[in-house]
Amino acid sequence: MSVTLARAEPSLAGVGDYIELMKPRVMSLVVFTALVGLVLAPGHMHPVIAFTALLCIAVGAGAAGALNMWYDADIDARMARTAGRPIPAGRLAPGEALAFGLTLAGFSVVVLGLLVSIFAALLLAVTIGFYVGVYTIWLKRVTPQNIVIGGAAGALPPMIGWAAVTGGVALEPLVLFLIVFLWTPPHFWALSLYRANDYAQAGVPMLPVVAGATETRRQILRYTLVLAPVGAAPWLLGYAGPLYGIAASLAGMAMIALAIRVRGEQRGHAASKQMFSFSILYLFLPFAMLLVDRMAGGALPGLSIRLSAGG
Amino acid sequence: MDNRINEDKPDPGIRLTEQQQRARRARSIAIAISLGLLVVLFYIVTLVKGPGVLERPL
Repeated sequence: MSVTLARAEPSLAGVGDYIELMKPRVMSLVVFTALVGLVLAPGHMHPVIAFTALLCIAVGAGAAGALNMWYDADIDARMARTAGRPIPAGRLAPGEALAFGLTLAGFSVVVLGLLVSIFAALLLAVTIGFYVGVYTIWLKRVTPQNIVIGGAAGALPPMIGWAAVTGGVALEPLVLFLIVFLWTPPHFWALSLYRANDYAQAGVPMLPVVAGATETRRQILRYTLVLAPVGAAPWLLGYAGPLYGIAASLAGMAMIALAIRVRGEQRGHAASKQMFSFSILYLFLPFAMLLVDRMAGGALPGLSIRLSAGG
Repeated sequence: MDNRINEDKPDPGIRLTEQQQRARRARSIAIAISLGLLVVLFYIVTLVKGPGVLERPL
């Protein structure tokens, strides 16, 4: 038996390829929701420590993105939307992405634990582990519920932000978690409705591929009907002011109206595309209103139900 | 051409092209900057937190 030792081709990967590996757009949304959790949390945090916490959360999200691209390179290569990513495009070797992701994950968790909060660091580690292990490696290829359960990873950053300040979690960040968690399925299913062929070709069992477009439209409406009142919950529970209540209610009604349009859509994907675009704004708007509300002093502190010990 | 001379030559190893050298240099600079910023971050946090630098919520 002869053994051939292949010599690795020296990398041509540029800094931009590594940045792309971190999914900067997803990262910005993660940082934003974490910032809201951090600002809403009771107690004071020095701006430098707050910056450190957000930096670690951003790098941790980037690590999860890189590890996702490492594992999903075969799927990405078969989908038009993702074929241009660094690994399927051949600009970066899978091993480089794996090493990069693991290094960033380690650094982000350790630095957050050392400088900010051990509990927040544990939550960040769980988030990265859940996104890579549970969503990417396990669920994504086996069940249409992949993004429903996997959505928990994307919903955790507000809790990490809160935990960075308090060292624990409470009802407020749990509600923020629920908003992002319930928002994820209608958001991604709206996308998958007009990318169903891509997903089918790649062998990813997204809901429209497995259960058909009609069932997907029905599920989008169901989730949106639950999401809208949960989106207004911070106001209903009394820790956001009326400004937030009005904005969240209007945005929720707009989401429901769009979901009804998607439900009734017979031909084309105009409503699905509109719903996908608006859903990004829907997530941004209430969270931005929470920030404005807190800065305007509209929030009522003291509702925290501590679920964890700590300072 | 005498093959024996070529066989006696040591393996030249991996020779990087100019493009590969440029990419490696850019990556090295990015790593250096990142590590430098990490050191600065630890330094500033130490200044901010004072002697209790490792005191933090759970």
